[in-house]
Amino acid sequence: MLTKWRQQTFKYFVVEEEFPELSKHNNHMAKVLTKDMYAKLRDKQTPTGFTVDDVIQTGVDNPGHPFIMTVGCVAGDEESYDVFKDLFDPVISDRHGGYKPSDKHKTDLNFENLKGGDDLDPNYVLSSRVRTGRSIKGYALPPHNSRGERRAVEKLSVEALNSLDGEFKGKYYPLKSMTDAEQEQLIADHFLFDKPVSPLLLAAGMARDWPDARGIWHNENKTFLVWVNEEDHLRVISMQKGGNMKEVFKRFCVGLQRIEEIFKKHNHGFMWNEHLGYILTCPSNLGTGLRGGVHVKLPKLSTHAKFEEILTRLRLQKRGTGGVDTASVGGVFDISNADRIGSSEVDQVQCVVDGVKLMVEMEKKLEKGEAIDSMIPAQK
Amino acid sequence: RLKQKKKMNHVTLKMNYSAEQEFPDLSKHNNHMAKVLTPDMYAGLRDKQTPSGFTLDDVIQTGVDNPGHPFIMTVGCVAGDEETYDVFKDLLDPVIEDRHGGYKPTDKHKTDLNSDNLQGGDDLDPNYVLSSRVRTGRSIRGFCLPPHCSRGERRGIENLSIEALSSLDGDLKGKYYALRNMTDEEQQQLIDDHFLFDKPVSPLLLASGMARDWPDARGIWHNDNKTFLVWVNEEDHLRVISMQKGGNMREVFTRFCEGLTKIEGLFKEKGHEFMWNEHLGYVLTCPSNLGTGLRAGVHVKLPNLSKHESFGEVLKRLRLQKRGTGGVDTAAVGGVFDISNADRLGFSEVELVQMVVDGVQLLVDMEKRLEGGQSISDLMPEQK
Repeated sequence: MLTKWRQQTFKYFVVEEEFPELSKHNNHMAKVLTKDMYAKLRDKQTPTGFTVDDVIQTGVDNPGHPFIMTVGCVAGDEESYDVFKDLFDPVISDRHGGYKPSDKHKTDLNFENLKGGDDLDPNYVLSSRVRTGRSIKGYALPPHNSRGERRAVEKLSVEALNSLDGEFKGKYYPLKSMTDAEQEQLIADHFLFDKPVSPLLLAAGMARDWPDARGIWHNENKTFLVWVNEEDHLRVISMQKGGNMKEVFKRFCVGLQRIEEIFKKHNHGFMWNEHLGYILTCPSNLGTGLRGGVHVKLPKLSTHAKFEEILTRLRLQKRGTGGVDTASVGGVFDISNADRIGSSEVDQVQCVVDGVKLMVEMEKKLEKGEAIDSMIPAQK
Repeated sequence: RLKQKKKMNHVTLKMNYSAEQEFPDLSKHNNHMAKVLTPDMYAGLRDKQTPSGFTLDDVIQTGVDNPGHPFIMTVGCVAGDEETYDVFKDLLDPVIEDRHGGYKPTDKHKTDLNSDNLQGGDDLDPNYVLSSRVRTGRSIRGFCLPPHCSRGERRGIENLSIEALSSLDGDLKGKYYALRNMTDEEQQQLIDDHFLFDKPVSPLLLASGMARDWPDARGIWHNDNKTFLVWVNEEDHLRVISMQKGGNMREVFTRFCEGLTKIEGLFKEKGHEFMWNEHLGYVLTCPSNLGTGLRAGVHVKLPNLSKHESFGEVLKRLRLQKRGTGGVDTAAVGGVFDISNADRLGFSEVELVQMVVDGVQLLVDMEKRLEGGQSISDLMPEQK
């Protein structure tokens, strides 16, 4: 047996020898990946050379996260979701509430379809924010792209963004050549993204060549910003203090559509299909890629026995105010939509608007020492 | 076959961009790779790959991601297999020359693991020399190196290593502790013994992919006496370490040579040899460890000497380097330094350990002088 190894030019091991050790793991990939599945997929690759080991590396290296059930796999390009559908389809189904391979996803970026949302109580709702991601067709994704590709994405993005005007007129700050003063200002504005430290992102190779071709663009009003080449090609964010989610969402929709028009003119549309919606690096962000959320003070409600249940029924999730893998501080929570796929942008922001409104009312009741049992909603 | 085909697809894809578009931004960088890599060199090498599919971008990724280190000049490139040093010689030859004191592509390296050839070394003053240690690395021919190996290869190396090590006997008889299923007690004991290696946190190692699949197929083997240990699948396939308290470097080196020679014999019996050639000596993951791969060192108390203005110069002349007692990227604590040979390549194992033995002897003499308030100028050595 050993001689056989030596006789080979390089190694081709049987499945058992290559299959990852996942016994201590708790992520979607680990729940779904079987030896048979691995055996079938291990000889495949996408046209850009992304393999199943590339897809799953982050999930192998990161067994589990204390706060959230991680996905444990990433796409390296648009074709990953097709070439490795045997793995991605069940992961997507698991992660996105039973979304089936035959399901269709609807896109609705018409802000006029949102009802209400302009009157969340700013004494509780400190800030409102909507973000999504976009991938530019024809380029590999952040776990896999080369420097040349990443720079091309940056160049295209800057061209597109610089042609925006009106309330969207702004400026691009490449990470590579940022001055100290610019950096401090961006930190103070809560705009700056840093080199990833999360092992989830590092293990997927997204931090390669940092800070090359990464940057931040924002409008002069500091209410609309775009991250270039962080976890996705583009992350588009609309945000402002207070509770006027309606205004935030309107700006989000208008800005996003303007950007898309410009990219289309350059023959580089966004990655999208009618099954998965917008294609992004992490399977958890497929569909709308949208996270609409608020920072809201819920010191009483958050310690109520039914807090989690309420969130589940409202199709919302909580995070700490530092982002996805942080804890809450001082009773202030980041509350956002839990869903990404199978419902539209308008649907998801509506959940947030209606849900947060209800939770603030609950908080007020609890402040007065009153019960909230009658307010507990049905499962949406 | 898959790896090669995969890499060819990605290599082909990158060729859609010009060399200039792909060339890394190294303007803020201070490592050997960044000093040496030119756009022309990059253009000439970027469409190549080794038989197992390791590319130029794979070689340099760690150096691109890590511009520089506060304490040491880092290498900034790694090998993914034995052939890397050949396929990418245009880059690695000048890096090697830069790192190893002018070592030329035509130079030959000598191996000498006969501890009888060491003179003295059994009487370094234990009041100053707290511990003595010799380590090296070995790569098993035919397998990819830690930045590039698959899980199957890594496990193959582990299996082979366990087989070889479990047949050691006498003073070297010992046991293997796989990181994956270590009990808490075992782990605590290994930490107390200063044997346990942890998942790399150094960005230098992480960026080159050496921590993939941790802790799969990683482990520690040590003898019952706790004076000889082997790390499996950390930064190299094998790291072999001989160590003990006090200043008897001779004993440490003797055990080192015997153990290493026995292990090599056992691998050969099974049809596997170590990666070695007459130009580069032992082939390891990091170009800085080529040649002997040997770092022989002591933890030594030099509170007075280390503050002396000539300390740096003395070390340089003795061909020694200092580190903190936590390892390569740490600072010294309480005047205790890790002093070891600076060279790896172009000198034999015996020669390097001799430098440490002679050099540390002198450093301790200097420390004693300074303690007594006396001058050390007459003790200043020539450049070795």
